[in-house]
Amino acid sequence: MTLTMRALLGATAVCALASGAMAQTTITVATVNNGDMVRMQGLMDDFNTKHPDIKVEWVTLEENVLRQNVTTDIATGGGQYDVMTIGTYEVPIWGKQGWLVSLNDLPAEYDVDDLLPAIRGGLTVDGNLMAAPFYGESSMVMYRKDLMEAAGMTMPDAPTWADIEKAAAAMTNKDAEQYGVCLRGKAGWGENMAFLTAMSNSFGARWFDENWVPQFDQPEWKATLDFYLNLMTNYGPPGASNNGFNENLTLFNQGKCGMWIDATVAASFVTGKDSTVADKVGFALAPDNGLGKRGNWLWAWSLAIPTSSKNQEAAKTFIDWATNKDYLALVASKEGWANVPPGTRTSLYSNEEYAKVPFAKMTLDSINSADPTAPTVKPVPYVGVQFVAIPEFQGLGTSVGELFSAALAGQSTGDEALAAAQTLVTDEMTSAGYIK
Amino acid sequence: MARAVTPRRKALNTVAAWSVALIIFFPVLWMILTSFKTEPSAVAMPPQLFSADWTLENYSEVWARSDYPRFFWNSVVISVGSTLLGLAIAIPAAWSMAFVPGKRTKDLLMWMLSTKMMPAVAVLIPMYLIFQRTGLFDTKTGLVLALMLMNLPIIVWMLYTYFKEIPGEILEASRMDGASLWKEIVYVLTPMAVPGIASTMLLNVILAWNEAFWTITLTTTKAAPLSAFIASFSSPQGLFYGKLSAASTMAIAPILILGWFSQKQLVRGLTFGAVK
Amino acid sequence: MSTQSTRLASRIMVAPSVIVLFIWMIVPLAMTLYFSFRIYRLLSPDRTGWVGFANYTWFFKSPEFWLAISNTLALVLGVLIITVVLGTLIALLIDQPVKGQGVLRILVIAPFFVMPPVAAMIWDNLFMHPQNGLLGAVSRAFGAEPILYMEQYPMASIITIVAWEWLPFATLILLTAMQSLSSEQLEAAEMDGASALNRFRYIIFPHLTRAITVVILIETIFLLGIFGEIFTATQGGPGSASTTLPYMIFKQAIVAKDIGRAAAGGIIAVILANIVAFFLMRSIGKNLDA
Repeated sequence: MTLTMRALLGATAVCALASGAMAQTTITVATVNNGDMVRMQGLMDDFNTKHPDIKVEWVTLEENVLRQNVTTDIATGGGQYDVMTIGTYEVPIWGKQGWLVSLNDLPAEYDVDDLLPAIRGGLTVDGNLMAAPFYGESSMVMYRKDLMEAAGMTMPDAPTWADIEKAAAAMTNKDAEQYGVCLRGKAGWGENMAFLTAMSNSFGARWFDENWVPQFDQPEWKATLDFYLNLMTNYGPPGASNNGFNENLTLFNQGKCGMWIDATVAASFVTGKDSTVADKVGFALAPDNGLGKRGNWLWAWSLAIPTSSKNQEAAKTFIDWATNKDYLALVASKEGWANVPPGTRTSLYSNEEYAKVPFAKMTLDSINSADPTAPTVKPVPYVGVQFVAIPEFQGLGTSVGELFSAALAGQSTGDEALAAAQTLVTDEMTSAGYIK
Repeated sequence: MARAVTPRRKALNTVAAWSVALIIFFPVLWMILTSFKTEPSAVAMPPQLFSADWTLENYSEVWARSDYPRFFWNSVVISVGSTLLGLAIAIPAAWSMAFVPGKRTKDLLMWMLSTKMMPAVAVLIPMYLIFQRTGLFDTKTGLVLALMLMNLPIIVWMLYTYFKEIPGEILEASRMDGASLWKEIVYVLTPMAVPGIASTMLLNVILAWNEAFWTITLTTTKAAPLSAFIASFSSPQGLFYGKLSAASTMAIAPILILGWFSQKQLVRGLTFGAVK
Repeated sequence: MSTQSTRLASRIMVAPSVIVLFIWMIVPLAMTLYFSFRIYRLLSPDRTGWVGFANYTWFFKSPEFWLAISNTLALVLGVLIITVVLGTLIALLIDQPVKGQGVLRILVIAPFFVMPPVAAMIWDNLFMHPQNGLLGAVSRAFGAEPILYMEQYPMASIITIVAWEWLPFATLILLTAMQSLSSEQLEAAEMDGASALNRFRYIIFPHLTRAITVVILIETIFLLGIFGEIFTATQGGPGSASTTLPYMIFKQAIVAKDIGRAAAGGIIAVILANIVAFFLMRSIGKNLDA
């Protein structure tokens, strides 16, 4: 009797202990609503089984709203989020402010050396890894093999801008609503300026010289903008000044674009089930001008922990799960290799199964050919390929983007837009104290 | 009650009214139709109607991807709560402004409206800080209060105009009968004011339901309403018009149904009030 | 005729509204005023200090500013005219005995239920886009080139979208007002042989003036603050062609994250809104007295 009693008591005690240990930590994860992120939310069963003590609450928002909410939170020390999805633009700036928790102490199995060097470099501040890449992207040329063939042309794997212009001319048939090339025209630092800044690198242009003096009055920028305006006016769709990533994706999927130079992540969409041209798409590296730099960018949506988080250990556990090799294998087993988040790990690209994905090699080559620390031909005082990693850039990039978008709409000439950009950026950089 | 009209005129009116209504409704209809199309079909050119690829996939995906009932419930609590609280504060104010107007009444009304003149984005950080420091951030209480205060001027204004329509003689008469202030409000004014109150209520529930700046900015998970639900389906990478349309249809369906019922209520109240 | 006690009672009844609204107004306003004289950039917390009127002068010197002011006024005026005129006509029409009145009214009010960001996205992409939009397809069906709505007529396009959103509001208020009009009066006028136009002019319209005034005042306040639709549809462009004052503030607050400038813009917006409201009250305020 007493024995049973004791056993029972003991069991209760064990239960109590167990349930004490089971006390859940809830972490709030803010993510952007892109496909790879949404897929992760569908795979949470795996995380919950491995870590029953951590409960994850999601905040999924579109990119602009997400950026606004997490920036406000982190800058005012709000502490509402434990994990934030941020890009390669934010990481260096926030890291320098001391707003992010260093991820240097991730477990050894995480194999931090497996991360692609270009991506890892962009997320490292003063030797500390400040965010873990969830997926990485560059930009490349997507083109219609059938139209090229019909025009009797072939696209080189590494085309020049002259090749692009020739191909665009050959594929344009405006009466049939067939446009040689679709490019971003919508104003914004992450819209047309991401494309144009990356493009300008291949023309040898730069935003600033070593003394932070804006360079829009230099011939390289004039060459870039003139080429872009000429290409779009002659071979682009009407109304392009309002087309961003999504609009161009729709046009390309409908078969209205001969070429589209944009994010590598688009490759899985234009070859996917929503595309009418899925089996006719070829890929090539972003164009160059023989100056040693290509016009492709580098971006990684990454997971970071704000220092204001009260659950940093649980947040780290989550980030480890979401970005390690096992996660890639998990996605592959559940959704197929084509849906694995691309562009973060060397091991993924040495995987034979993944090599069969049509855009795998081109994505890797594109990412590897971008260097955020030396984005263009001449030296620059900043980090970033299609952006300048300073706090002022979002405002500057958007204002300049508006000027260039107006030039595309025919409201001003390229020269007027460049002159206005030079004045505007000089004023802002002076008032921000960069130019003494 | 209804004015006598010839059948011919009624038929003409019907045709005219329906044509106008359908033109106005068309974009919403198109959105609802789009929500039942596959993504390629949704953006196909020329637009597809009879040849479209119909599907329920958008709805099942939207449903599977987010916790719709929670967003929905938060929207209900926030919009109804803020409207009721607003009415409770505004009815006495509008009543006394309409029936015991002072020299300053119009200035006071105008001042109330002027509290809405600050563009929302300009006070983003102040509001954010206030909500953080007071612990109202991401709480339904916080949003009920915020939306109530945001719409209070509108509620007062609308009630004031509707109350003004009520003829003063009726009040005089009831005062002659020695009715107390309280009785005057409950038995004389309220029945006459029902249509006005109902229409104010409906409009404010809609305004609160559709508010898509503060409701997203001041919430994360616990209090996020349907505006945040919509923001998780708008402009991701990839084609999304079908899914966005489905999410939007799910967001407007409840309030459309509410509008449908309250419209009936409204009409009944009006005919009741019209029998003087 | 009101006694001392009714006056007191009425004060007490108004007090809660006034007190809560005053607090709601004054705290953010004071903070905004404070920020507007300071350097406050969200991403550069190390740069602080007083800057005098620099944030204000930035607005006045900006090449966009005066265009933004005139665009703001164009938006408010354009939408007001469309919604009040069409709203009155539609209210007249659906006030008539027609078949299926209930459903009809819901259809007319439906646009008001669509969240503004969604409305802008639907119009921008599914209707006005030159290649993907329905209106482009209509143009082509008639053998014409699609109109580049957002590129060539950005302000007109935005006004159309916003007017579509606010038309139900005007219609609903005007319809409610119309229904409180006694039908005996109209019938009597009809018997006396008054034409439809005269009936509208001498009986219906005077009855509607207060409702119209309210529509104008309330819509003006909302319209003066619109930025979301512009961001979704045109990003204020091309160039600055469709930039309004609230959108300028939006760019400073949300894109550039310059809270000091955004605050200064907010104060400017409040002052301008008060000026607009002052003139509105002077010209139509008398309609509010019964």
